[in-house]
Amino acid sequence: MGEQDWRVGALSEMYRIRAFEEQSADFYRQGLLGGSLHLGIGQEAVAVGAVGALRSADQVTMTYRGRGQALAKGVSAAAMFAEMLGRSTGTSHGKGGPMHIYSPEAGAMGTNAIVAAGIPIAAGLALAAQLDESDRVVMTFFGDGAVNQGAFHEAMNLAAIWKLPLVLICENNLYSEMTPIREMVVQDDLADRAKAYAIPAAVVDGNDVVVVRQAAEEAVQRARSGQGPTFLECKTYRLVGHMLGDPEVYRTRDEVERWAANGPLVRLEASLVRDGRLTAKACEEMQAAAREEIQAAAAQALAEPEPDVAQALTHVF
Amino acid sequence: MPEMSYAQALNDALGQALANDPKVLVMGEDIGHHGGVFAVTKGLLERFGPKRVIDTPISESGFLGAAIGAATVGYRPVVELMWVDFAMVAMDPIVNQAAKTSYMSDGRVKVPLVIRTQQGAGRGNGAQHSQSLETMFAQVPGLKVAAPFEPADAKGMLMAAVEDDGPVIFLEHKLLYTRKGDVPGGRHVVPLGKAKVSRLGQDVTLVGLSRMVELAETAAKELSRQGVEAEVIDLRCLVPLDIETIRVSLQKTGRVVLVQEAHRSFGWAAEVSARLMEDSFDDLKAPVRRITSEDVPFPYNQRLEASVMPSVPKVVAAALSLCQDY
Repeated sequence: MGEQDWRVGALSEMYRIRAFEEQSADFYRQGLLGGSLHLGIGQEAVAVGAVGALRSADQVTMTYRGRGQALAKGVSAAAMFAEMLGRSTGTSHGKGGPMHIYSPEAGAMGTNAIVAAGIPIAAGLALAAQLDESDRVVMTFFGDGAVNQGAFHEAMNLAAIWKLPLVLICENNLYSEMTPIREMVVQDDLADRAKAYAIPAAVVDGNDVVVVRQAAEEAVQRARSGQGPTFLECKTYRLVGHMLGDPEVYRTRDEVERWAANGPLVRLEASLVRDGRLTAKACEEMQAAAREEIQAAAAQALAEPEPDVAQALTHVF
Repeated sequence: MPEMSYAQALNDALGQALANDPKVLVMGEDIGHHGGVFAVTKGLLERFGPKRVIDTPISESGFLGAAIGAATVGYRPVVELMWVDFAMVAMDPIVNQAAKTSYMSDGRVKVPLVIRTQQGAGRGNGAQHSQSLETMFAQVPGLKVAAPFEPADAKGMLMAAVEDDGPVIFLEHKLLYTRKGDVPGGRHVVPLGKAKVSRLGQDVTLVGLSRMVELAETAAKELSRQGVEAEVIDLRCLVPLDIETIRVSLQKTGRVVLVQEAHRSFGWAAEVSARLMEDSFDDLKAPVRRITSEDVPFPYNQRLEASVMPSVPKVVAAALSLCQDY
């Protein structure tokens, strides 16, 4: 897969996502965002590795933590920031907000504020791809908590019986919202649940973009060639709270620091430096460039106007 | 015009829709090989094949979510929920997903989805198979809610629902499937959101939805024998709500009885009553009267069931008292 080249691009994309999430947190702290903000800091390797296996015509559904995946899929940072700020140039012209990002031209078919709700919808997108006799693949992202929702199980079964071109990416960040997932399931590996539906499954290190990408490539290939769905459990870690303001009483600072030292950006930087692909300085420069791009997108979004109040009554049906 | 039953009219609409538009799908439990428990989808699998007429597992939340996904990329799924009561396990896809996708995307993603189901009491089906839940859906912005009474409207409104670019909750009535009527052949579209005056009269207006129109029409004949001429309105849709047709009738009669099969409290009749109070107060000669089911789950025993439901004598009595007292 041209590893020498793509890992550098993957690092750059992960820097963009990190910078996007940090900028989002800044907006939130400045009081510029409504509602709650759920960040995916620490989970960038899943987004970049999995989406990296897709083509532009492929589609994804995501969760309220999924703006990094949307960015990786090609959604404009400026339009997403504008949406989060409630501006008229936002992806939904300010009517959706941070949890409702749609960009159908980029194949981003919605982040979702209801846990597991995007999975049946993704199954339907995959059914459409199958009925169209296209080789489009659909990927659905969800967290560990989603595997306890009925919608997850119903969609897994639909994907299996209809042999849908669907890749199910479970981001297991160890906490379903504010509760350890190990208290809420009996299995160590959530991928075991796929056995019940005869869906091929794998457990991968979700903080290693290389293994995520490899597993996703296999799953996408299986889907594209008509062999049906795959379930990938990507073990990762959310380095920030469930939402901004989460007191994080369910874990220790020590635990967070251990994971931070083993975070996806740190690991990819280290391996690229070790392999002589990049210098530490080059990494810093790439990160600075990503920040600059994201800050420019943020500044652009901040300058955009709010929608006319009359827009509140449109597109209801 | 051929005579058809309500079920045949719906079947004809689905057949037309499937034949006219390759993006139309029919999905649901037992709708393919079995042809639907009320035979509405009979013969469609044989005519259109398993890619267009898709039997699903008993997973209302899953297959409704999947229908939404397919709808967002150009398919027009017509999903059957065997009983409206089963929608209760699928409220997330209906209320949080289908109803809101257009708004949350500001019209960039549409959900042209029809959810066909049947509701209503009077058949001894017990508390979990007899409800009329139209108001639950009508309360959610983004859902259109249709409930035809006549077979011709069943066909025409279903065709309109399939052509609509947003989600439509299409409520049939289990006791209307065998009702016969003249039904136009070919493409027959009855726009959603238009009530119909099914009988002219000048003394009192009776408004019904779905099977309650039958009660209103029967009551109107009885009232006529007693010298009272009732106008009967078939509401046909809750969303969009055609309040104008009721207001025009009220200007003539000054009296209105709303006949609602759902439980009394917080139903559509309360909404219509409030709107008439707000906008037609000067036309009201008498208080608005509601004839509804009691606020109890539907009992199994059919004498008990009938006792808590609207009936012709209850409608007649309400209309007579309005005419006599005001």
